Amino acid sequence: MPYALCFLLFIIGLYCAVVKKNMVKIVIGIMVMEYSVNLFLVMLGFRTGGTAPIIGRDDIVTGGTLTELFINSSVDPLPQALVLTAIVISLGSLALMISICIRTYEKYGTFDITRIRRLKG
Amino acid sequence: MSVPLPVFVAVPLVTAFLLPIFGKKGKSAATFLANIATIALLVLAIASIGQSNVYKIGKWPIPLGINLVYDGLSSLMLLVISVVSAAAMFFSIRYMEQYTAKAKYLSLFLLMVAGMNGVVLSGDIFNLFVFLEIASLSSYALVGFGCQHEELEASFKYMVLGSIASVFILFGVALVYGNTGSLNMAYISQAIQKSGLNAGLGFALGLFITGFGLKAALVPFHAWLPDAHPSAPAPISAMLSGVLIKALGVYTLARVLFNVFGVTIPIGWILVVLGILSMVAGAFLAIGQWDFKRLLAYSSISQLGYITLGIGLGALIIARAGKDITAEQLAWASLAILGGLFHLANHAVYKSLLFLTSGSVEMATGTRQLKHLGGLAEKMPVTRATCTVASASIAGIPPFSGFWSKLILVIAAIQAGFYWVAAIIVFVSLCTLIMYLKVQRYVFLGELPENLQQTKENKGSMLVAMVFLACLCVLMGLLLVPGLRETILTPAVNVLTGGYSYSADVIKAAGGM
Repeated sequence: MPYALCFLLFIIGLYCAVVKKNMVKIVIGIMVMEYSVNLFLVMLGFRTGGTAPIIGRDDIVTGGTLTELFINSSVDPLPQALVLTAIVISLGSLALMISICIRTYEKYGTFDITRIRRLKG
Repeated sequence: MSVPLPVFVAVPLVTAFLLPIFGKKGKSAATFLANIATIALLVLAIASIGQSNVYKIGKWPIPLGINLVYDGLSSLMLLVISVVSAAAMFFSIRYMEQYTAKAKYLSLFLLMVAGMNGVVLSGDIFNLFVFLEIASLSSYALVGFGCQHEELEASFKYMVLGSIASVFILFGVALVYGNTGSLNMAYISQAIQKSGLNAGLGFALGLFITGFGLKAALVPFHAWLPDAHPSAPAPISAMLSGVLIKALGVYTLARVLFNVFGVTIPIGWILVVLGILSMVAGAFLAIGQWDFKRLLAYSSISQLGYITLGIGLGALIIARAGKDITAEQLAWASLAILGGLFHLANHAVYKSLLFLTSGSVEMATGTRQLKHLGGLAEKMPVTRATCTVASASIAGIPPFSGFWSKLILVIAAIQAGFYWVAAIIVFVSLCTLIMYLKVQRYVFLGELPENLQQTKENKGSMLVAMVFLACLCVLMGLLLVPGLRETILTPAVNVLTGGYSYSADVIKAAGGM
């Protein structure tokens, strides 16, 4: 169920990016898509009732191996690292997109992409 | 000689961050440093031909750590990237004098090179995404570099489609991780070999084809390319059309389809159909263009179709034969892929040369409308000569390089029994000839307009870069000579025809679990 909602969010973002005519709304649509993918990545590592994947003193059995409880209950930390990276990248692209929007507005005086049409053919 | 692999990413990355320090006063120092960096990369790429190794970042064993893989295909791509970037960078010395903020331009240029080198070396699918984003983000900024009406519009269009493609790819990466539990391409490939494709992986495959197809501007996804490539400054157009769409689109597509997911008959057909659509549609749209650079951009789509078609034919032959592939079938598949990859290298050289000559014409005359040009043959002899060499090459006139790669593709298509494909290849080649005759006729022949009487040939670095690439156009045919072929092209082909053996090779070389 959460996966379906996440996919719904992705579709909403895609719809917004493809259909809307305002440049800022298109940017928002793309960002909604990116966040839905981030959400999906976080959910991949999620476990109901899981614990943080930090090895404490109680988690090590003699001999250096981890306890069964730790292995079965800790969440997967890798997707969280991926999401952090993805968020930084999407921040960079968001900044660039918004600055291009502002420069375009200065030149054309509008955000409407149907009126920003000098390139044809 | 063994070159440590992170150098290919570190050199341009570090230089890129050093350059903005120079500011306005140290412009010549910044230019010098940037050129040193690209030439050093070219030397390193040539020096490391023939080695194959796996570098584990931070000495973490795979699949725990991130690894860089250098094999035949990466070697070919690295070589192409560094040749074109060295030429384009040298061309920029003089050409970029007309823009302000040259240091920032050089810095973005090197960031793009760092991203592309990272993409072709990465052995980890999430890292591939990160490097792909580095290269794409800097290319969005470079397309809008002039900050004029058209450039901003093109940059926005490119950026929206590029970002959607990136999100698709990231979604695919997430699905692959969820289904196989690994991000290392070798281990993903192993997991897929064991369990086969399930629904999630199939969806991820679709997302990858769409995402990388958008980056490669294959025909249903091509809308951004004819706007974005002409709007950038000429050396950047050369980089974008010459290598960026190949490193980010075709290379990644080939790597993911052949080495990670494994080729199947539907995938082979998808590649062949995308390739033929791009070839035909790109050529038809190019003939009608009156803007010099826009014509070149449409022709890029068409030429990219050839590359995809070659790779797709190879995939189709391998997938049809299945497990018990005969030596003869493998030979034809290798020939088709060889044609595709050789065309990739050739196209990088002559299309970047064509974009550089268009920049030279635009700088000398101030226009790139074919109807306003004419009769420049005597005024700009070097530009004319190099442009003719490149046009002859792209149209497939022997003995220039383009002829050989197209010939190989035709032979492979006929041997595989696809006679209609061979016919289409020849037909599109004819269309290409027509569009470049048009360029020659309207730019260099005919009458010289009144306002262009004072036109002078450009000097210095621009000429050197163009002549360098023109010499390569003539000499590239030599890559097929036995001896040279075994060092550069054959290893690249073997990586793709080997398919799943990629994962075994990487794991063995890395000493993994």
